[in-house]
Amino acid sequence: MWSGAPSMSTNNLSYNEQGGGAEPAVELGQESTPTASGSTAAAGLFSTDFKKNEDLKEMLESNKESLKLEAMKRIVGLIAKGKNASELFPAVVKNVASKNIELKKLVYVYLVRYAEEQQDLALLSISTFQRALKDPNQLIRASALRVLSSIRVPIIVPIMMLAIKEAATDLSPYVRKTAAHAIQKLYSLDPEQKEHLIEVIDKLLKDKSTLVAGSVVMAFEEVCPDRIDLIHKNYRKLCNLLVDVEEWGQVVIITMLTRYARTQFLSPWREVGCLGQVCSKAFYDSDVEKEKADSKPYMMDPDHRLLLRNTKPLLQSRNTAVSVLAQQGHSAAESRNALCTRTRTHLTERHQEVQYIVLQNIATMSIQRKGMFEPFLKSFYVRSTDATHIKTLKLEILTNLATEANISTILREFQTYVKSQDKQFAATTIQAIGRCATNISEITDTCLNGLVLLLSNRDETVVAECVVVIKKLLQTQPSQHSDIIKHMAKLLDNITVPMARASILWLIGEYCERVPKIAPDVLRKVAKSFTSEEDIVKLQTLNLAAKLYLTNSKQTKLLTQYILNLGKYDQNYDIRDRTRFLRQLIVPNEKSGALSKYAKRILLASKPAPVLESAFKDRDRFQLGTLSHTLNAKASGYLELSDWPTVAPDQSVRNVEVMEPQSLERQPSTRGSDLFAYHLLVLLCSDSDDAKEKKRPKPKLDSVSSHSKASSSSDNTASSGSESEEDTDSDSEPEQKKKKKLSSKPQVRQILSFALNCGCKMCLCVTAFQVSSPVFVPPKSHELLHRMSGKGLAVSYHFPRQPCAYSHRMVSVQLTLTNGRDQPLEDICVGEAGPPGIAIHRFATIERLQPEASITVSMGIDFNDSTQAANFQLCTKTDQFSVSIQPAVGELLMPVTMTEQDFLKEQGQLTGMNESSVTITIAPDSMSSQPVGRKVVSVANMGVVPSSQNSIHRFAAKTVSSGSLVLSSVVLQEASTAKLVVNTEKTVLGSVLLRELKTALSQG
Amino acid sequence: MIHSLFLVNSSGDIFLEKHWKSVVSRSVCDYFFEAQERASEPENVPPVIPTPHHYLISVLRHRIYFVAVIQSEVPPLFVIEFLHRVVDTFQDYFGVCTEAAIKDNVVVVYELLEEMLDNGFPLATESNILKELIKPPTILRTVVNTITGSTNVGEQLPTGQLSVVPWRRTGVKYTNNEAYFDVVEEIDAIIDKSGSTITAEIQGVIDACVKLSGMPDLTLSFMNPRLLDDVSFHPCVRFKRWEAERILSFIPPDGNFRLLSYHVSSQNLVAIPVYVKHNITFREGSSQGRFELTLGPKQTMGKAVESVLVSSQLPRGVLNVNLNPSQGTYTFDPVTKLLSWDVGKINPQKLPSLKGSMSLQAGASKPDENPTINIQFKIQQMAISGLKVNRLDMYGEKYKPFKGIKYMTKAGKVPEGRRDEAALP
Repeated sequence: MWSGAPSMSTNNLSYNEQGGGAEPAVELGQESTPTASGSTAAAGLFSTDFKKNEDLKEMLESNKESLKLEAMKRIVGLIAKGKNASELFPAVVKNVASKNIELKKLVYVYLVRYAEEQQDLALLSISTFQRALKDPNQLIRASALRVLSSIRVPIIVPIMMLAIKEAATDLSPYVRKTAAHAIQKLYSLDPEQKEHLIEVIDKLLKDKSTLVAGSVVMAFEEVCPDRIDLIHKNYRKLCNLLVDVEEWGQVVIITMLTRYARTQFLSPWREVGCLGQVCSKAFYDSDVEKEKADSKPYMMDPDHRLLLRNTKPLLQSRNTAVSVLAQQGHSAAESRNALCTRTRTHLTERHQEVQYIVLQNIATMSIQRKGMFEPFLKSFYVRSTDATHIKTLKLEILTNLATEANISTILREFQTYVKSQDKQFAATTIQAIGRCATNISEITDTCLNGLVLLLSNRDETVVAECVVVIKKLLQTQPSQHSDIIKHMAKLLDNITVPMARASILWLIGEYCERVPKIAPDVLRKVAKSFTSEEDIVKLQTLNLAAKLYLTNSKQTKLLTQYILNLGKYDQNYDIRDRTRFLRQLIVPNEKSGALSKYAKRILLASKPAPVLESAFKDRDRFQLGTLSHTLNAKASGYLELSDWPTVAPDQSVRNVEVMEPQSLERQPSTRGSDLFAYHLLVLLCSDSDDAKEKKRPKPKLDSVSSHSKASSSSDNTASSGSESEEDTDSDSEPEQKKKKKLSSKPQVRQILSFALNCGCKMCLCVTAFQVSSPVFVPPKSHELLHRMSGKGLAVSYHFPRQPCAYSHRMVSVQLTLTNGRDQPLEDICVGEAGPPGIAIHRFATIERLQPEASITVSMGIDFNDSTQAANFQLCTKTDQFSVSIQPAVGELLMPVTMTEQDFLKEQGQLTGMNESSVTITIAPDSMSSQPVGRKVVSVANMGVVPSSQNSIHRFAAKTVSSGSLVLSSVVLQEASTAKLVVNTEKTVLGSVLLRELKTALSQG
Repeated sequence: MIHSLFLVNSSGDIFLEKHWKSVVSRSVCDYFFEAQERASEPENVPPVIPTPHHYLISVLRHRIYFVAVIQSEVPPLFVIEFLHRVVDTFQDYFGVCTEAAIKDNVVVVYELLEEMLDNGFPLATESNILKELIKPPTILRTVVNTITGSTNVGEQLPTGQLSVVPWRRTGVKYTNNEAYFDVVEEIDAIIDKSGSTITAEIQGVIDACVKLSGMPDLTLSFMNPRLLDDVSFHPCVRFKRWEAERILSFIPPDGNFRLLSYHVSSQNLVAIPVYVKHNITFREGSSQGRFELTLGPKQTMGKAVESVLVSSQLPRGVLNVNLNPSQGTYTFDPVTKLLSWDVGKINPQKLPSLKGSMSLQAGASKPDENPTINIQFKIQQMAISGLKVNRLDMYGEKYKPFKGIKYMTKAGKVPEGRRDEAALP
């Protein structure tokens, strides 16, 4: 235990600004005895900066790793404090090749910080990095690239370029990610490399790893944001990867895609005017949307829809940056529906800083779209603990949202704010009241009276603000308010705030004819105090004098001349200038020109009332959520959103030549849907209509199996390796096929665009009802071949409930083969199959299965909608085993989504013969909705139909082979009974299903 | 994106700086200090400050300003979220995120910052990945490292970095498999002088502590999921299933994490669990004022209201107070005029009260504002919105986990502001 003590004390030493004395530290390191800790206290006394560095150098040059590490830790401490440690550079750089990884990392930190200052010496370290770039450990390769690219030494640009190019083709996605980061670093170091870097970016954009996507788009934005053409081919892939990219990447990708959408798609707003809210509400409801889309001339580009759909789940992200930007994507495009609003209001409750930004966005949006936020008015009520800038923003929003209907509530709320102890805030509130008053004419009088009452407030800032606001209000309707003006004139004696005084003077001057008795008296008073007034008050005094001179020269001539004389010798040249101008204008003399005739018309012209508008009025020229929007000024590097094009650019540019399987390093077990998407793409490539194509996707199969191989092995490098080599060459062939198809069959393209959605767990439109992704149930594994009877080969199967890749009439089955023998099994394949009605798609021959290894392969079986077993032979090199797969009826179904109305409609058509029903006794714990749903779904692969009644549960599916609808409903009744109904054309299948559901539901 | 980071303490000293691109002189912070001086309260410093060549984006946590230096356009929320994530990570590593803790662990802090950002772009922010790269400091590990010479830095790329579930590492093993979920709700309300609710909102979170071996796949279902008005998830939650079935299905991260945060809006009627009777009067011309306050429980379903803390910002004219609490203790700060009363637990039989007099500045006129009263409290074993977890199931692993769920209701930032209702201004 004693050895803990010295290490602790060394820590104290090194992080203590004063501490870190030379001798004790060395002593500690060498002897590592507790006695040293005694001298710690003394250490601070005799250490100086000079001495400290000397001892660091010594430590760095010693042979002991621990000493070096200790020294580096202290140096990092110095760097963190912003102290200069550059003179240690030679000593530090020697350790760059150290074996100790922590030491190495700290040296890296040091290098990155000081390399720019010590370029020659920094070059010494380069060879080490070049060597590390070839290291078998991906982490070391990546960090070497990171440091190499962070050393801002122009001389190594060619080396960096080479390293980046190499890393961009690295097998490890992590290294490729660092390469994407390095692109930006190199670009900022030497912009002339742009062309070469764009090549690398182009290459990396094609990358299928979610890890890389965010970083490369970042590089794209920094280096060549105008090269939209690079995005075309990757657009759909990026959309589909979006959900799985890490949150920071999502932000960057959405920003980029939003810009892209603006240039490539037609504005969805054009038709919205007449279609109104209905359309935007129905937007996510794809059934309704489809009908709508057909009936109107504007058809949203399917790619555009793809983007919107894929950003939707992001609205729910825990990262506010992501969720706000996701909304941004939506608002820039379409459907600022209630969903966005809710997320926004929700956001107002998080960290103060987040609130600030979100409220700013709302402030901008609330100007144009009052209705959107009006229901949440109360969320914007100010709390006494809010920070000032938040209070101001909330006030802004409340003012923007004010309408005739809610103004009384808002005003009542404002009254509380006026009484707030934060006087600055109270003053801002008064301004807000003024704005409400001008915007809503009904309340102008009420507000004005209220403000006049406030003039007697004890706080000067409040009163001053009131005066300013009243001045503005009076300007809009001066006729009836001469008594208010009189009241204000009285106030002049007490108010000292210059702005308020100036406002009163202006008001009296402007309406001097309405208060003919008071005005000259006011002028008299201010003439007395003229010299001690603020400049702004002086100017208004001059103004008042000039106006009175014109209207009432008898009483005020002398006063005016006195004031003009004072002004003539004022210190401020503005005031002298104004004085001279006014004198020439109003006092007639021989030299005065033609202008003085018009003096009255010039000075007393009726002035338009000021428009009180929001400070956020013009902010919408900036993209919401950007820094520029926050500052209301263009930040450097801000990329404008262009206007929507009037004619949609060619859509075909986004058609991808090479259809690649989704990134393969993911585990099928955890996210089945990705594999699902992959299957779908394969499905499209080998269009299922013609059975001849069955053999076509063979190369795919290889990658499937290699995939499962890879995911089961723990070595990451290997897994990524097999993946990236495989998919480039394996897919081109079926793809060409597909392309031919596309040109001939436009509707296939339609399906394609929908199918692409599936990458993000979306739905596929095949028949009238969309097949939805299956409800997740734990896979139930069945034994196909026991280890004993299979001479060591054990095979089990389960139904993954995913659309089959080979034919849409087939049910996909996954087999897991395990070799229980002590020798490898060779050439495992499917032999003869039967009975004749059942078609089987065989898996590719497994050439070799090592002992104790297992492999998962998938096959497709067309059961022809019957529960008849599929029999086939499993062959190895030496043996043949007859096996059979007996499907449960529930596995012959595919879930579909439909609305309750559709369900009832369809059910109405499937009565009589097609309906089978039974009343069952249900286990008491299943009476609530979830157990019922879960039980049904675990037995049968059906989709849940949203139900408006709690006691009725509906499920819908279609049979895999013939695509006929299967509907089932459970009506819960009293006393643990329920009525179970199954409607389908396939009566046999229906009755079997009924029986199975009955058993499942009545079990406890 | 993020150029540099400066950590500034409340007295305005920079105690840590880190640069990801070329070095930005710390003099850039002068603009920040200016704003800091101008702000009356620490939290009033604007989060985004433009300077001639840079932009400063800052967050304030634990009385430390984290000031990020930006050079070009970037969504400010991106930076703010990242800075909060940095703070969360520090807290996770060192237990607390104070100036002292950061200074003590400056090397780990530096290593963390180095891993979290590359060239200003976030690289690894998931805590389980970071923990594999850089092990959190513990006394035991420091001791072991000194003896064996091993380091705190991982040599292999964390497996999570490459997997589809980056939040979970592989090969987790526990002898006791446990999963605990805390449903914590905060109620946020403004109540007017007469006691009627102006606005009330419930913010809830489900914090989980999951210590399960292997790759468990959990589903959590609620009795009444419709209550949840607006939700945001940890990335592990499968959004589709939530949409379709209102079930939380996820492969959990290892350890503590926030599974879900939700919002129950005022549209669903919110019952405020406590009430306040008050009588605060100032008489014109006299230098005395009366102060009376009584608290009582309301609609708590029999659960005790605990840790009650009442605070009120009294008007500036109040010089001192002389009060008599029936339970608990009170303090009054004559400088900030903040009165706070630590009540403790409310006993429904004997309601706590605070009565007495206030002395006002002689000659000063009667304060025209009514003080607001803020109340903090906790109620164990109750979620005020009525949210109930139905069941938790585990798939994918064979063992039987121990499951636990706990409910709690707290007062939010400003539970009850009693405020004056006056005639139109």
